[in-house]
Order: sequence, then C-alpha cells, then structure tokens
Amino acid sequence: MTATLEHVQSGTAVSLSGVSKVFGRGPQAVVALDGVDLKVAPGEFVCLLGASGCGKSTLLNLVAGLDAPTGGSIELNTSRPAVMFQEAALMPWLTAARNIDLPLRLAGFGKADRKAKVAELLELVRLGGAGHKRPHELSGGMRQRVALARSLAATQRVQGTDEPALLLMDEPFAALDAITRDVLQGELLRVYERTSTAVLFVTHDVREAVRLGQRVVLLSSRPGRVVQEWSTQDGAAEALTEEITARLREVISTHAKS
Amino acid sequence: MPSPDVQDLSKVEEGLDALDSPATTRTEPGWRRFVRSALPPLVALVLLVAVWQALWAAAFWPEFQLPAPLAVWSRFEELAETGRIWEVLWTSIHRAVLGFLTALVIATPLGLLVAKVRVVRAAIGPLLSGLQSLPSVAWVPAAILWFGLNDATIYFVVLLGSVPSIANGLVAGIDQIPPILPRVGKTLGAGRFAAARHILLPAALPGYIAGLKQGWAFSWRSLMAAELIAQSPDLGLGLGAYLNEGSNFNDMPTVITAILLILLVGIGIDLLVFRPIERAVLRTRGLTGALT
Repeated sequence: MTATLEHVQSGTAVSLSGVSKVFGRGPQAVVALDGVDLKVAPGEFVCLLGASGCGKSTLLNLVAGLDAPTGGSIELNTSRPAVMFQEAALMPWLTAARNIDLPLRLAGFGKADRKAKVAELLELVRLGGAGHKRPHELSGGMRQRVALARSLAATQRVQGTDEPALLLMDEPFAALDAITRDVLQGELLRVYERTSTAVLFVTHDVREAVRLGQRVVLLSSRPGRVVQEWSTQDGAAEALTEEITARLREVISTHAKS
Repeated sequence: MPSPDVQDLSKVEEGLDALDSPATTRTEPGWRRFVRSALPPLVALVLLVAVWQALWAAAFWPEFQLPAPLAVWSRFEELAETGRIWEVLWTSIHRAVLGFLTALVIATPLGLLVAKVRVVRAAIGPLLSGLQSLPSVAWVPAAILWFGLNDATIYFVVLLGSVPSIANGLVAGIDQIPPILPRVGKTLGAGRFAAARHILLPAALPGYIAGLKQGWAFSWRSLMAAELIAQSPDLGLGLGAYLNEGSNFNDMPTVITAILLILLVGIGIDLLVFRPIERAVLRTRGLTGALT
C-alpha cells in the first residue's frame, strides 16, 4: 500500500459479458439489466453513470456476489471485491478502529499484524486520532472515511496476493452535504493513487463521475443497457461534463409518457 | 487567490470534522444525578408509607387485614434476627437464578433457530409467542402430576415462564437488525458462523437483553407461583412457602413482609444486574434516549 503502482495495467480485473437481471416472473417481471458488457482493467477507475432505475446498484450487487445474474457471466480476476454503500453501515457497537479491524479478523490476520494495519489505514483516511470513537460520535463524512478504510482492509489477504484488488462503491457520497462530498472526492482520489485497487464507482452525478473516473459508462434505464462511454483522460472536463449531461438528458427524455 | 493553507485538503477536512462531529454531552455531577433519579422514587415510597400509616390510624379495617407499618417492620426484624431470612431468600433466589441460567442456555439457540430458519419460525414461532401470554402458573397442576412435589416441578414451571421471553427477545432483536449490516458482513468475508458471532448476535444484543430482563421477571414470578402452590416439606422454605405460611396463620404482617421481600428481590436483581448491562450496551451504540 506504500508504492504507487502503475495504474492501468494490462489484462482485466472484471469482465461482464451479456449480463442480465430480471426481478420477478411472468407479466410483473422487471428487467433491471439487459445484455451489459463491461470490462474493468486492474487499477482502473470506472464510473457507472445513470438515472434512477438504470440498475446500476443491481449491477454492483451482482459483481459483489450479493445477488446472482439471470443471464450472462461475470468473471473476476481479483480478490473478493470490497463494497462501500451509500450509508457507512458501520457496526454501531464497535469503535472506528474495531470496525476496520473486523474484516482483518475475519481474514485471519494475527493480532500484532492487525493492529499495525488498522493504524496504517486510519492514518490513510486521516482519522489517526479518532480510532477510539464509536460511529455515533463521528460526523457523516468521518463515518464514510472509516467505511472506506474498512473496505480497503477487506481487500487484504494473510498470504498476500497477486490478484488485483477491486473496490465497488455504490453512491458512497450521495448522502453527504456538498462541502463534505467535495472533500471526500479529493480524499478518495488521494487514497486511490496510493493503492493499486481498481474501482467501480456508481453515481448519478455527472460532475462527480467526470472528476473521479478515468472512464465514464452511461447506463440507460429500464432496462439498463450500456449506452455510451467516454474516457476522461483527454479533453477538458467542463466540455465533457456538458456532453455527458446532454446525453443523459436525452436518455431520460425517452421515458417521458407523451 | 486562496491561501496555500486552505488548499491543503487535510486542513479543510480537519475543520469539517471539528464542525460536524456530534457534540459530546457533558456528564453531570453525581449529586445531581442522585437528586434526579433516586429522589423521586424515595419520596413516592415515603408518601406510600405515610398513607398506609394514616389509613391504619383511621382504623377503617380491622388489624388482621391492615396491620401498622411498624408491625410489618418488627416482623421483618424478627425474621432477620433469627437468620431465617437467609434461608428463605437463599432457597428462592438460588432456584430462580439456576432456572434463569438454564432458560438462557435453552432459549438462546432456540431463538436463533426461530429467527433464522424459516420452517422453524413457521412451526413454533406462534407457539412461542402464545406461551408468553399463558401464565406459567397454569402449568403447576400438570407439573405436580408429572413430576411429583419436588424441585423438578418448580424448575419446569420456571423454564416455561422464562424460555419464551428470552427466545422471543432474541428473535425480535434479530428481526430489527438493519438489513445492510448482514450484507456488509458478507462483503467483508463473514461466513455463516462468523456472521452470527460477529454481526447477528452483537447487533441483536439490545433486543436480547430486553428479553433477558423480561425472562428474569417471568422466571421470578413463575417461581413464586410454583412455591406458593406446590407445598411440601421436601421443597424447603422459599419465599412463596413463607407467604403461604403467613396466609395459613391469618398473619397479615408475615404476608406483607413476604410480598415486600418478593418485590425487593425482583427489583433488586433488575437494578443491580440488568440495568447496568443494558445501560452499557445502549450507551456504546449511542442509544441514550432512554437513559437521560
């Protein structure tokens, strides 16, 4: 976690081909995802963008293994993906440090090892002095940083691993106020630079997607399909934001009744 | 141009953390807490005794129905001086504690099964809730016929009184866990047993402890009912039997002394054992609403 690794490496961390997900059966069935193809390279930061009901959270749950796809296949060349949700979902009976410690315990790390790693992760999210606090004593932004540290901890393995890490983020900053969100986006980029993890980040905020992602993938709603994707590496962010927003509006307009 | 200090994200973040963190409440001095929490019940108690004394002095009822507070006090003193009080208390309390601990051992896995296994819930869930509304004293006649007049009868009644409460408390506690927590547990790599140990049980703890409190109350009152009804020299002299003895001799001071002792033990265990545990559990979770 110290060396800054070559970010976009060759190969694929995640590969989705023809993934579909149908909820319910018969006439009431809802097609959430329909033939989604998506590849994420190791160390790549991809933002999934879409309006409500485009199945972006569903897609994330499928990749996380919390749900099974109806059709198609998902191939992971990573260690078990770590997930961050819109709510921090910290265990309210554990201190910040013990929350980060939990996945390390579950992975079977030794006590001294865990202590060192927890301290390192707390420092990484700049919460060195708050390890002893309980979730209810922390602000929303601090809780989300603990959750980030916890999901990073969840990617670690006792033996160490050659497999790249994968972090799945489901609108993790959507419930925060604008100032905190802005700061946390910066924090996430900083942490991302210092780790070699790939990130699949779900959002409905175009500006956020363009700022964070190396690639932005737009999903349509009901059913969710990949509409278009952009690289943020070349070109001005402002122009790209406008272009993507226009396309997003177009996609949403097709759902108007008249 | 913003100054370089403000550009430094860590400074901004530190500022936000300081501004947004919930304010920690200051603890109030001990004497004020005493005045606020212990004084009202003490005043209520004094008033109650005063009304009792006044009613006795007015002589509405004959002495054998309403004795003077002092008469009850001297009966209590007599009981304490002869040392009989320890025998009576020990007989009842050790039974209640043993019964409660046994109920705990039975009810905890039972509650887990009912909460997590759909078939088990469908099969015995309603029965378990139903048993809670059945006064366990109703089992005494059956238990005497099955086991005879011995300790087995008493423990049987105590268990039927407290097992449903504890199991139902655990079920309620598990049902009230926010669904996101088990999901997070899964993504952190918790298997079935690790999830139960590290997530389900600690998350269900507040409900579980509420169940334990109720389970204790039920086992105590089931025990009293059983001791009161099941009379035998083999059973020793517990509080229930002592109460019955007072009733048989038309001795109202003994009856009231026994009732007060039963109350005292019930409240005492709740205050000394369960209340501190409950406070600690709620406090760590920031659920201080009921504690102030």
